[in-house]
Amino acid sequence: MRAVRLSVVTAAATAAALTAVTGCAEKSDAKGSAGAVQVTAKDDACEVSKKEFPAGHVQLDIENKGSKVTEVYILFPDDRIVSERENIGPGTKQKLTAEVKAGDYEIACKPGMKGDGIRQKVTVTGAGKAAKRSPEMDAAVAAYRKYVQTQADETLPKAQVFADAVKAGDIEAAKKAYADSRIGWERTEPVAESFGDIDPKVDLREDGVEKGQKWTGWHTLEKALWQDKKLGAEEKALADTLIKDLTVWQKKVGTAEISPTSVANGAKELLDEVATGKVTGEEERYSHTDLVDFKANVEGAQMSHELLKPVASKNDPKLVAELDKQFAALNTLLDKYRKDTSSYEFTSYDKVGKAERKELSDAVNALAEPLSKLAAAVTK
Amino acid sequence: MSEETQVAEETQVTAETGGRAPSRRSLLGWGGAGLALGAAAAGGAVAAVRTGDQAVPAADSGAAIPFHGTHQAGIASAVQDRLHFAAFDVKTKDRAELVQLLKDWTRAAERMAAGHAVGEGAFGGLEEAPPDDTGEALGLKPSRLTLTIGFGPSLFAKGRFGLEGKRPGALLELPAFPGDNLDPARSGGDLCVQACADDPQVAVHAIRNLARIGFGKVAVRWSQLGFGKTSSTTPEAQTPRNMMGFKDGTRNIAGTDNAALDRHVWVASKDGAGWLAGGSYLVARRIRMNIETWDRTPLKEQEDIFGRDKGEGAPVGKAKERDEPFLKAMLPTAHVRLAHPDTNDGAKLLRRGYSFTDGTDGLGRLDAGLFFLAYQRDVRTGFIPVQNSLARADVLNEYIQHVGSALFAVPPGVRDKDDWWGRALFS
Repeated sequence: MRAVRLSVVTAAATAAALTAVTGCAEKSDAKGSAGAVQVTAKDDACEVSKKEFPAGHVQLDIENKGSKVTEVYILFPDDRIVSERENIGPGTKQKLTAEVKAGDYEIACKPGMKGDGIRQKVTVTGAGKAAKRSPEMDAAVAAYRKYVQTQADETLPKAQVFADAVKAGDIEAAKKAYADSRIGWERTEPVAESFGDIDPKVDLREDGVEKGQKWTGWHTLEKALWQDKKLGAEEKALADTLIKDLTVWQKKVGTAEISPTSVANGAKELLDEVATGKVTGEEERYSHTDLVDFKANVEGAQMSHELLKPVASKNDPKLVAELDKQFAALNTLLDKYRKDTSSYEFTSYDKVGKAERKELSDAVNALAEPLSKLAAAVTK
Repeated sequence: MSEETQVAEETQVTAETGGRAPSRRSLLGWGGAGLALGAAAAGGAVAAVRTGDQAVPAADSGAAIPFHGTHQAGIASAVQDRLHFAAFDVKTKDRAELVQLLKDWTRAAERMAAGHAVGEGAFGGLEEAPPDDTGEALGLKPSRLTLTIGFGPSLFAKGRFGLEGKRPGALLELPAFPGDNLDPARSGGDLCVQACADDPQVAVHAIRNLARIGFGKVAVRWSQLGFGKTSSTTPEAQTPRNMMGFKDGTRNIAGTDNAALDRHVWVASKDGAGWLAGGSYLVARRIRMNIETWDRTPLKEQEDIFGRDKGEGAPVGKAKERDEPFLKAMLPTAHVRLAHPDTNDGAKLLRRGYSFTDGTDGLGRLDAGLFFLAYQRDVRTGFIPVQNSLARADVLNEYIQHVGSALFAVPPGVRDKDDWWGRALFS
């Protein structure tokens, strides 16, 4: 991870919150409003009293008639969140209000607070339409959101394997599970970083620790495993903390504000991560598993590129061709450092010589420079 | 070797003792009359530099030096104060892509030499995308920026770009010289760009933006910053001093001496490679100086090592800097004597090297020295014999070591807006 900074994703989220829609959880003047939309959430249904209502101040009166804790969202067609209400217990009522512009939306109930939820299409009528995006852009953003969520969902069990090994005091098993547990995180790091509190908890390096701050996360355990070669009570507690923090990430990551430009710039940020932390060997200074992170960063960036291609290739086909070429070149170069292309066992980075590191760095620059132009290509 | 005196000691510098114009500095000390003379000197003698077909007044005004011309600017041009030199490896295997890069570089270089930003500029574009220009030279004058490209021997290797048939005989691998301690990470390169300017930020900006345009096609192999030119192409100006405190380049080839340039610097079409006619060969050597031990050397010994005195720069037994050196009065191992054209079959180079100081080296020693740059018509009669003579016997070798080395063929100038760096080579 890097020092805390305002990522593009965060900036985009702020801007969007200010301009597009204002969501707020409860407002006193919204109580019992005649225009309120009744939402009845059940374990297998999400009933709404009307599917068309005027733009402006919209209120949802939610009742959870199911057996599970639920949450209710108002969503843009590309899955961006207009507003949400979490932790609605069985048998309880909650209100959700938002300023909504005209356009198509979805209301989603998520029994058990998991997955995509049960959706209902609704239409908000009237003047002042929200800025419309192309269907390709919406599709790209929705697919990227799904990707990010999947990565988080798949990471948790892997992190659990790692944590369990730490807690069992099994150094070898923990070493083996370490790099693998980080792949999903590394693929989607710019989004994770948009939640300012999670990244420092799970991915901080020792030199990033501020005075008075407790150092937690993967890299504390990396140091314990490879340098100190001990797993004591403290490390076991840290393993639990890591799982706890990653669970928060898994739950929150789907709510990140994501736009076509933030996906594009997120891809570039992933390459920045490679250029500043992995190529130098700083990220995994004890385990030397930098190339696993490297590969994961590139995969995450490539996913963004693939998803944005339908838009970008209309506006700048030359750029898309160049990116295809440079992704392929970098992947070919990375393949030199693993036995087979289905494996994430890469050469230990301390065995990678100076000239080879330069070659990797050159390939990163060759990709990252055109990648920095992708946001422009999807904005044109 | 340390060049300082090397070219310096030219053969046919005869008229220097008597009728030479006083330096600008001494003129300023003369009060009213001197100022008038100084103004005349500035307007006239101080550097009408031939960068192409036109004479360009190279005043230190931050002016622009024309990019187009018969020869590339940055060779005979009056030497600027600062340097950023970069050597590149070509990463692409695609000849067309390399050609396109050379065209893109040429267009960017034209703009920067004129003091303009690259592409669509450093601001005002799309907010979500990085600007074309990096922006640190905004508001700065052109500062006499010159950008000079060169092609290394490795570019002509068989099976690369089909250039093996165009490789000139003089574009060889430099031989190993006694005492060399070359670091491959500071040596060689398929391409080089020499950026000289009076403002270091302007020079660095130029290399940075060219590197950026080049990512994916080329990668920076090594680069060197320089300050305090160690030789000038303007003999009217005060002779600069190197990091050892000695005047350097007393008898360098003047940028206005077309006869000497034609004879010693510019490649002629009859020399072989037609595409290189009007170009030159550039030798770049990073020469580390053992500053601390040098500074503990007695003055007499320092002066004996060079063969000139430290204050005036006069050769042994003579009174004035420009007095004709009497080589036999010097130690047989004196630097000036060994570098002198008379010792090397009349070999002469046009030097435009710079001092460098890259901080300290981890042992607390100043990582400093001379970044030697010399242009010549043929290295086989230029740098190689001179350096052989120096490397073998020069007493200065106790205080210096060559740690980086590269040779480039420097193509002729870009003629106009439709021309580009290397067109004659690649067409």
